[in-house]
Amino acid sequence: MTRYLLRRVWYMLITLFIIATFSFFLMKILPGSPLQAEDKLTEEQKEIILEKYGLNDPIPVQYAKYLGGLVKGDLGVSFKFDNTPVTTILFDRIGPSALLGFQALVIGSILGILLGLMASIFRNSPIDFSSTIIAVIGTSIPSFVFAGLLQYVFAVKLGWFPVALWGTPAHTILPTIALAIHPMATAARFTRTEMVEVLHSNYIITARAKGVAESGIILKHGLRNALIPLITVLGPMAVGLMTGSMVIEQIFAIPGIGEQFVTSVMVNDYPTIMGTTLLFAFGFIVIILIIDLLYGLIDPRIRLAGGK
Amino acid sequence: MDKNNLKNIPKDLFVPLVRKEDTSEKISAPSRTFFQDAKRTLFSNKPAVFSMILILFIIIMSIVGPWMNNYGSDEQDLKRAKMPPRVPAFENVSWLGMNGTLSGTFQGKDVQQASAKAKARFDNKEEFIDLEVINKGDGTRNSAEVKATYRIYEAKDMKDTYFWFGSDALGRDQWTRLWEGTRVSLIIAFVAALLDLVIGVSYGGISAFYGGRVDNIMQRIAEILVGIPNLVIILLMMLVLKPGIISIVIALSITGWIGMSRIVRGEVLKLKNQEFVLASRTLGTSNGTIIRKHLVPNISGIIIINTMFSVPGAIFFEAFLSFIGLGIVPPDASLGSLIDLGFDNLRLYPYMLVFPAIVISVLMIAFNIVGDGLRDAFDPKMHK
Repeated sequence: MTRYLLRRVWYMLITLFIIATFSFFLMKILPGSPLQAEDKLTEEQKEIILEKYGLNDPIPVQYAKYLGGLVKGDLGVSFKFDNTPVTTILFDRIGPSALLGFQALVIGSILGILLGLMASIFRNSPIDFSSTIIAVIGTSIPSFVFAGLLQYVFAVKLGWFPVALWGTPAHTILPTIALAIHPMATAARFTRTEMVEVLHSNYIITARAKGVAESGIILKHGLRNALIPLITVLGPMAVGLMTGSMVIEQIFAIPGIGEQFVTSVMVNDYPTIMGTTLLFAFGFIVIILIIDLLYGLIDPRIRLAGGK
Repeated sequence: MDKNNLKNIPKDLFVPLVRKEDTSEKISAPSRTFFQDAKRTLFSNKPAVFSMILILFIIIMSIVGPWMNNYGSDEQDLKRAKMPPRVPAFENVSWLGMNGTLSGTFQGKDVQQASAKAKARFDNKEEFIDLEVINKGDGTRNSAEVKATYRIYEAKDMKDTYFWFGSDALGRDQWTRLWEGTRVSLIIAFVAALLDLVIGVSYGGISAFYGGRVDNIMQRIAEILVGIPNLVIILLMMLVLKPGIISIVIALSITGWIGMSRIVRGEVLKLKNQEFVLASRTLGTSNGTIIRKHLVPNISGIIIINTMFSVPGAIFFEAFLSFIGLGIVPPDASLGSLIDLGFDNLRLYPYMLVFPAIVISVLMIAFNIVGDGLRDAFDPKMHK
């Protein structure tokens, strides 16, 4: 187990190093520097600014400094936004994104599991049929199309919820629904397939034979075993939430990381773009690692198979 | 009932079956290959067939659609900007929203104030605005409500003009742009899926087939690549490359093949040690023939399924990139960039969002249903 963990962390570090290197040299290739806005400067002033951003050093030195800063959690300074350190910008904006993502994940998975469970219990019934339709639509329709529909119907036409912006809990409702649709559909699909398979396994037949009540079979024997593999789709779900957050935050004008990213893309603020990208990469890799570890911990069969 | 019927059958109808030695072992139905079997299952799946027809229809429309009227996709004319949809046959069907009018409800403290607001909103062309009082109001703020319908085509003296899906903020025909955008999105999706297929199958196939050190090195590389979230790679690539169709295809394919290569590698590893491959090898068959005759037919099902699912994935990513401003740039259109523009005008001109949103949703749903159908068709467990 320890060996496995060390190996995984090692790969994680290599991956992060590659992404960081890649983004550093990318920043060097791309046009755009803190000087562009202030063209009418004297040579001396330019020198001072370049010195301030450390752009006078040779590239290898800059690279070393950049990596050193990364280790300390320093992502550089934004070209726009009043020269604020990127870390500060991101830190200020992580709250709304995290809240939305968490709400969407929890609501989405709970509803999805319920939907999948109902579908598997009443197999081939209208409930199953409609749950399949909801799942197909939910996984297919892009979240921004869905967000547009919600915004137009419930905010613009009916006026039940605020159209956009952030502040009260009411502001989080529409974005959360728009974000939760995809996890919900994924969870519903997955739960149904797993449940149908689990309900055909031998231990369920044994439980039936010894007279366990139907509810006990479904909840205690069936659902518990069916839900273990659900952890594996949490990874793709997290990625979906990250892409989703960019467009949804943009649509609902929520001051989160995703909206920051899209704005930075529009104004060519490379340090912020790179910082956000690194943050996304880091979050993704850590989530995958946690999921893999959890999976081994929760399912005894996997622990036995890989047991060392 | 059944028992009674059985008893009612006269005994003399029962004739003993004469057993013939030569026919008892005869196979009555023609033997079908795996692919014929899969095809039958797929075509008996009604949603999948319907989805295939829909996809075919959208593909045909994306080719011929732009030619069906006389507008070009980049013909800008601000005089005819933001015209609502108008279709000759549907002109008298008001609920379809294709009769070439703009409408809205306006509130004020009395009818007069509400009407004034409506007139201000609709270019002050009173003679072309039909007002309908919903609520007369009692003098308090926003108590009166008026529904105004603006016959904009008449007001702009364009009675003989028809923008079937309306025109956008620069006066370009949405019908033409929608189908050209669909074409761009489909091209990106198909090319990206094809590249995933070619690279993924060769990488996974070579890695598994040769095994040993080749496999070890190739898998270490893949392991690192798979750790990098494809979202991050795609975003970084889009920053470096000039926005456009080719860049999006490159960005999507640079990591897209890894999933395919893993699946192919797993399948080949499983197959290459099975008896029929061993037998073939013992008989002196060359590597090329083994790959062509034994491995490829056995993994083709899973390859087809995977390719089918990577198409909607690519459509989504293209739309996502164009939506956040990293994809297709004007004057070119794609489904994503049209949706992005639609959002800018959502409040007053929802039709700009509705049509591209419908097309992308239908495409995604149809591709996913066909993918599901293919998965069922190629799953050996389904044929019993």
